[in-house]
Amino acid sequence: MKYIGKFDPQKDEIVRVMDKDGKIVNPKLAPTISDEEVIKAYSIMNLSRRQDDYQNKMQRQGRLLSFLSSTGQEACEVAYTMVIDPKKDFFVSGYRNNAAWLTMGQSIRNIMLYWAGNEAGAKAPDGVNSLPPNIIIGSQYSQATGIAFSEKYQGKKGVAVTTTGDGGMSEGETYEAMNFAKLHEVPVVFICENNKWAISTPTVQQTKSLNIAIKAIATGIPSIKVDGNDFLASYAVAKEAVEFARSGNGPVLIEFDTYRLGAHSSSDAPDVYRPKSEFEDRVPYEPLVRLKAYMIAKGIWSEEKQTALNEEQDKHIASEFAWVEQNKNYPIEDIFNYQYAELTEDLKDQLAEAKEFFAKYPETKDGGHH
Amino acid sequence: MAVINNIKAVTEALDVAMGLDKNVIVFGEDVGLEGGVFRATQGLQQKYGIERSFNAPISEAMFAGVGLGMAMNGMKPVVELQFQGLGLPALQNVIANISRMRNRSRGKWTAPMVIRMPMGGGIRALEHHSEALEAIFAHIPGIKTVMPSTPYDTKGLILAAIESPDPIIVLEPTKLYRAFKQEVPDGYYTVPIGKGYKIQEGNDLTIVTYGAQTVDCMKAVEMIKSTHPTASIELIDLRSIQPWDKKMVIESVKKTGRLLVVSEAVRSFGVPAEIIATVNENCFDSLKAPLARCTGYDVVIPYDRGEGYHQVNPQKVVEAIKKVLDYKF
Ligand SMILES: Cc1ncc(C[n+]2csc(CCOP(=O)(O)OP(=O)(O)O)c2C)c(N)n1
Repeated sequence: MKYIGKFDPQKDEIVRVMDKDGKIVNPKLAPTISDEEVIKAYSIMNLSRRQDDYQNKMQRQGRLLSFLSSTGQEACEVAYTMVIDPKKDFFVSGYRNNAAWLTMGQSIRNIMLYWAGNEAGAKAPDGVNSLPPNIIIGSQYSQATGIAFSEKYQGKKGVAVTTTGDGGMSEGETYEAMNFAKLHEVPVVFICENNKWAISTPTVQQTKSLNIAIKAIATGIPSIKVDGNDFLASYAVAKEAVEFARSGNGPVLIEFDTYRLGAHSSSDAPDVYRPKSEFEDRVPYEPLVRLKAYMIAKGIWSEEKQTALNEEQDKHIASEFAWVEQNKNYPIEDIFNYQYAELTEDLKDQLAEAKEFFAKYPETKDGGHH
Repeated sequence: MAVINNIKAVTEALDVAMGLDKNVIVFGEDVGLEGGVFRATQGLQQKYGIERSFNAPISEAMFAGVGLGMAMNGMKPVVELQFQGLGLPALQNVIANISRMRNRSRGKWTAPMVIRMPMGGGIRALEHHSEALEAIFAHIPGIKTVMPSTPYDTKGLILAAIESPDPIIVLEPTKLYRAFKQEVPDGYYTVPIGKGYKIQEGNDLTIVTYGAQTVDCMKAVEMIKSTHPTASIELIDLRSIQPWDKKMVIESVKKTGRLLVVSEAVRSFGVPAEIIATVNENCFDSLKAPLARCTGYDVVIPYDRGEGYHQVNPQKVVEAIKKVLDYKF
């Protein structure tokens, strides 16, 4: 192994391949990855960033609900989902995972439908084992552990990957899940995207641990800290971690050191609680700029290509949103149909009652707010 | 007297209580500097210091347990859960420890603490942010549960909760946080826990409700005048869910002979069922129509596009009122 076990979280060691200008400073740590794959990763990062920006605009116009942007965290999200197989492996997401969802093969259309308030958007397409956004922080760690347990028990070869924030690591359930996962040596990769903030609470008010990675040590799980804004480093470690888990070595925890560039959600204002200087210090390390500089230096990218990509992606995002606006509503049956395998007698009566009411007073459906 | 909204009423209650007693402290996710997601605790850290109003690491089970420990040892913690649906990890401690401490230690240890939580739908929030789970809390012996709807009651009930020797759950309907303002006395006053408030007197029908549905019901009472101009309706805001004002409701139904209970929670096994059962036990001889409820359906609270189907709205209340008033044996 090149990374896991070689970097000591207790000494706060961190895996980094490129500097802030995209220059490779640790060639020995660079992963084997084709230019094509790098370009693909960058395109998804770019798409996710532009989608975040677009959604922010739509949210301010009241056309989408509050949502959680991945802006600033795209490198690690794309990295850790690129190295798994969406058909065979599982991604047990949090709620701030746009770039990861896209990499898994979720459509922009569905993601936007979800943020437009329609649960249909939470359903992943066939062949995409990506769970719906998990709002209850911490519980995704247990679910992923259970999924991984079943993979092992049933002799399948899949790996479960799950992620939470630095704040989420304060939930007892994350520890409880890691403890169980290690006892049973199940193939799960625990991830913490440490973006330094949990709404208005900074990491230093969340834990006195030297870093998040060392939280795994007590459970016996190997852990490693990575520059999560460095795509190459993130990719290298994520790939090794997934292979590690897949080969029967049990769980592993990766802390991605990253930064939330945007607000917590589109309904909060970071200026109130976040020092401006901290934000400005972090901007130069943002992942898109770094990877783009690397690609340009390598001669595989150009400003012309960038412009073309932006245009193509913006067009796609806008046309998908137009579809969502046309199709975001659903019939009343949809709030009843997924409660049980079959509607109970009582629910049939309630549905009939609801239908009768809304046939008579359709305008009251909007409860006066939209 | 100041004219304030519900959020400000929360802040004022905490401010007054903290000013009077240094053992009152508030904590929860983000409550410190920013004042919580709804800004209910804004300014308290600046005024009372970081030891009395602070951000806690995200772990609701711990908030409840630590709060219990503080309360047993002489303090008055006011714990904020960010949202009811996100506070479920705390439920274990509420049920298994907080509610039982007085009983299981035969009165030696008690849990005079307050847990506040925003709840309820209608604010276009994400999944798990719109639950109305008051029935679950009301079902647990050993805690009391209140749900104010007005700024006056919010401040008075929170102060009563802090004063109370028992653990109190304060449910705060998010939809009403900034919905309207009201004149509220400065300084200290309490609203008694367990007492309802009669919004209006009437002789033909008693409507019992609480939280955000008081507003729906007030609108419905106006709307029904167009089809039932002579109907005289008594409207009661329960304010406290457990204990609830049985006396007020029973007396009212004995007078009116009809009852409608309105709550946004899912229908089955809910607070309306309890009220209806109690009225049935006590007022059977006076009844002129079946006891009725207007509630949400028994489904997972839908996300925004479907939420309007599930929410109680004034027209739904109107239909329910008509059914009761027009009932013929
Ligand atoms: C169990 C639970 N408690 C509280 C919340 C409310 N909440 C939503 S996001 C958030 C902050 C989480 O911070 P972090 O884990 O660092 O992740 P980030 O949002 O920064 O990605 C909180 C407290 C929640 N969703 N779930």
